[in-house]
Amino acid sequence: MAQENDIELLDFWVSPFGQRVRIALAEKGVDYEYKEQDLMNKSEFLLKSNPVYKQIPVLLHGGKPICQSLIIVEYIDEVWSDKPPLLPAEPYARANARFWADFTDKKVYECGTKLWKLKGEEQAAAKKEFIEIFKFLEGELGDKTFFGGETFGFIDVALVPFVAWFYAYETCAKFSIEEVCPKIVAWGKRCMERESVSKTLSDPDKVYEFVLFLKKRFGVE
Amino acid sequence: MASDGLLNGLKLYGSWASPYTHRVQLALKLKGLEFEYIEEDLTNKSTSLLLHNPIYKKVPVLLHGDHSIVESVIILQYIDETWTDNSLLPSDPYERALVRFWCYFIDDKLGTTLGTVFKSAGEEQKKAVSEVHENLKLVEGELQEGVFKGRRFFGGEKIGLLDIVLGCGSYWLSVFEKVADVKLIDSEMFPLFCSWLKDFEEQPEVKEIIPAIDKLLEYAHGVRQLMLSLSSTAGDPTTTTTTITGDDQGSKD
Repeated sequence: MAQENDIELLDFWVSPFGQRVRIALAEKGVDYEYKEQDLMNKSEFLLKSNPVYKQIPVLLHGGKPICQSLIIVEYIDEVWSDKPPLLPAEPYARANARFWADFTDKKVYECGTKLWKLKGEEQAAAKKEFIEIFKFLEGELGDKTFFGGETFGFIDVALVPFVAWFYAYETCAKFSIEEVCPKIVAWGKRCMERESVSKTLSDPDKVYEFVLFLKKRFGVE
Repeated sequence: MASDGLLNGLKLYGSWASPYTHRVQLALKLKGLEFEYIEEDLTNKSTSLLLHNPIYKKVPVLLHGDHSIVESVIILQYIDETWTDNSLLPSDPYERALVRFWCYFIDDKLGTTLGTVFKSAGEEQKKAVSEVHENLKLVEGELQEGVFKGRRFFGGEKIGLLDIVLGCGSYWLSVFEKVADVKLIDSEMFPLFCSWLKDFEEQPEVKEIIPAIDKLLEYAHGVRQLMLSLSSTAGDPTTTTTTITGDDQGSKD
């Protein structure tokens, strides 16, 4: 029986969405119990906690579940408001942060998946799309240290887990993200200097191994 | 408290049949905010629209002074956080997370499956209809047993963010039933949802925003004929269809 202040996270080790939550919790210095889920054989507890989507991550606070990674991150930011905020205070800056985090949600994972799932002309089209997406992001980043300016914030949390997938994307689609979006790669390295990020992100080699496993499972050569 | 649109510098680019536009219009009305409205021809988008929403090129777009804000749920939260009287979101963080979750679900699942009902025929449509029913069942369940149990609106005694998001668009249920000749909703299957919807649609601010049903019927009928004829000649649906089938798209975790 969960205590009022118990925090549990249902997650999957390599999930960039789960990692957003782990980074947010680490930034706020929150203790929690991590519960690795088997996504090929989902537990009753996961299905009960997220009956609508049956997906990770799910954060449970005193037994009450919260689903969808960006919604969880906002929740964390609001509950642990005594710690440095992830979202800015000013309404327009907040709207902007939500816009770019949402853009990441709509675009990055799906396009990245196409890079390893598709071949030939379809893959080439996906590569073009991927570069376009990251050029938009690079435009928003500009010469700032982080997307939020001087401080690590909401957009950074939303995007940074995908940095660990760059090596896999580059290897599968044969291109260099650093060549096309050097500012993004530099930003990724700056983020990795934060313990919350470096301790959370998967090793790029392990991500690539995982992608190879997925390729096999989906019958992609 | 009414405020002058010119003083506020509020301008809304929208489309008369777009539920996403209606959401913003309703929120501004509930906050007593006057604004300039610009109707966009979605088959011939203005340079202003493309300038202010270069990435998605969609309505609604809210201009507030120098700022442009896009994506309806983001716009609604911006309005709520800028004009803080008559809150649209609850104050409790857990309830706020639930409201955001259900808003996400409505756009990601309910809106998408409803769009498919409208765009398709035969087996594909049948499947989409049953998915809409599954999605409505989930909403009904929330009204029956969830945090919102026993409330008049999701926001309590007054309309809140989730009411706006779900309500603006639910009128398509009865429109699509007639136009696409399907059974989507009745008070036996979804009693709480139906009584909530009736109450929502009777609110004076809502009545002022939502277009007349016969106008929506005529519009939807025309678009569906066009889409079906295009799909039979292997073409892409026109941009007009995106007002109905979804401007804002959710993504999965």
